[in-house]
Amino acid sequence: MNLSQPSRRMVLASAAATAAVTFASPALAQGAARVVVIGGGYAGATCARFLQREGLEVTLIEPSASYISCPFSNAVIAGLRDMAQQSFTYEAIERQGVRIARQAAIRIDRAARNVTLADGSVLAYDRLVLAPGIDMRFDALPGYDMAASERLPHAWKAGPQTLLLRAQLEAMEDGGTVIISAPANPFRCPPGPYERASLIAHYLKTKKPRSKLLILDTKDAFSKQGLFTAAWKELYGDMVEWVGLSGGGKVVEVKADEKIFVTEFGEHRADVGNVIPPQRAGRIAIESGIADQTGWCPIDPVTFEARAQAGIHVIGDAAIAGGMPKSAFAANAQAKACAQAVALMLRGAQAPEPKLINTCYSLVAPDYGISVAGVYAPAKGLLTDIAGAGGVSPANASRAVRAAEARFADGWYKTITSEVFG
Amino acid sequence: MRQRKTAVFALTIGGALTALLPLSGAQAQSLRDVSAAPAGASACLGCHGARDTSLPALSPLSAADIETAMEQFRSGAREATLMTRIAKGFTPEESKAIAAWLSVAK
Ligand SMILES: Cc1cc2nc3c(=O)[nH]c(=O)nc-3n(C[C@H](O)[C@H](O)[C@H](O)COP(=O)(O)OP(=O)(O)OC[C@H]3O[C@@H](n4cnc5c(N)ncnc54)[C@H](O)[C@@H]3O)c2cc1C
Repeated sequence: MNLSQPSRRMVLASAAATAAVTFASPALAQGAARVVVIGGGYAGATCARFLQREGLEVTLIEPSASYISCPFSNAVIAGLRDMAQQSFTYEAIERQGVRIARQAAIRIDRAARNVTLADGSVLAYDRLVLAPGIDMRFDALPGYDMAASERLPHAWKAGPQTLLLRAQLEAMEDGGTVIISAPANPFRCPPGPYERASLIAHYLKTKKPRSKLLILDTKDAFSKQGLFTAAWKELYGDMVEWVGLSGGGKVVEVKADEKIFVTEFGEHRADVGNVIPPQRAGRIAIESGIADQTGWCPIDPVTFEARAQAGIHVIGDAAIAGGMPKSAFAANAQAKACAQAVALMLRGAQAPEPKLINTCYSLVAPDYGISVAGVYAPAKGLLTDIAGAGGVSPANASRAVRAAEARFADGWYKTITSEVFG
Repeated sequence: MRQRKTAVFALTIGGALTALLPLSGAQAQSLRDVSAAPAGASACLGCHGARDTSLPALSPLSAADIETAMEQFRSGAREATLMTRIAKGFTPEESKAIAAWLSVAK
């Protein structure tokens, strides 16, 4: 039974009973409007669910049978967590009444308003939501291509890469050197490389205490820097070393066979190397011309509609969301605001000015959490930080507060994954 | 299969009837009609939706409870690890509308 049927009928019934409502969309006047969502991650899966609740006919295009979550995957790398806790199916979403097309979208015809799937079938839409996440740029860092990522994993999409990095750490001798290279902004999960460094340091301190961890960074500043740096000193002593751009931290080439990171100042050899390369919006956003020359998609901050094409909305990591970071929290919040805008626009109503929230927790150790938060509203064409709100955890908080934030991180993960996949 | 309530409710924004939809059943508790959500409200559910986690679900609270808590977080009268930072991004009027929406559909 298709559960979307009753609610669709109800919308139409109530519409008929309400003379005051006028529908600008001919599609909805004839039957439920069709919305196609590309990508079943934190952004797309959330959006599909909330759109379906609005009585729309929603198809979610996603090739994978299960979703592997990046949030908390750094804990998997550090041996603190099982991969099973990162995996979610689309069953509940399908049960709710969202149609799932278990394939990749390979082409968007912007004029005809349809999407071609890998098997050649074509899905027509009244509005399209594009949420393909990121792709690694395997053309951006000399020496770092897909093959190199088998020696120097990125582990920036959770899955086999996560387990590869974990296995390499487990195989490393005590006294070895782990190197992480971090990219320039913007990239997925700004505090992610430093949370990863922290949890790897926790693993090394526990299991291989004579080892070193070196972070080579293309930036001179990073998310929650003061908190991370202080916590590294407090928890891990001299084990963690961070080298920023002006200190010679920018990696300009890697030699995967020898696990060598080349900077402008010299070479560093790793026993385990993790390259977090530059990224761009998922391929379909590039190929359909929705992304600009930066590789990301400019959007209207009220409707999330692509600047390049009316009727196509972009959410999650693929979008240029102004001050909002590329996070799962942000993707989920954008998805709900976007579902609201799409539902209202399909009824001929105007999308209201949204307000968005982001919160990113990072674990510096299993019982030591820190956070950054922000509140955002449209201003000058972008989602912009509201001054005076947000910010990071206090520098002088007690260990009890850090422990509470670690527990809240766990609560956030349970809550959001139940909203998106439960 | 989950239970589907047949109740229908109407919400008004700026005088125009914008939504007439059935309420959800059990399962993911935070899945609800967003078309009439006031600015900022749906984002709260990212942390405060599910029960039995380390973060409080808001649905057992009344609108007045939520509004008061937001006011106290904003003024600093009540301490929190994070909500003091979030509350400063919302005006009293916005908080009131958000509280009303979040307390509906328990
Ligand atoms: C190590 C790490 C830790 C992180 N920790 C946190 C955290 O603690 N908190 C937080 O908020 N965020 C965290 N993040 C960030 C978070 O993972 C991303 O911001 C989030 O996944 C973005 O969601 P999305 O839906 O935009 O993209 P994704 O989650 O990547 O989903 C995109 C989906 O689209 C699908 N897709 C792509 N192309 C197509 C196509 N052509 N056709 C059909 N489907 C397609 C993909 O298969 C994928 O399922 C972390 C990231 C990393 C790497």
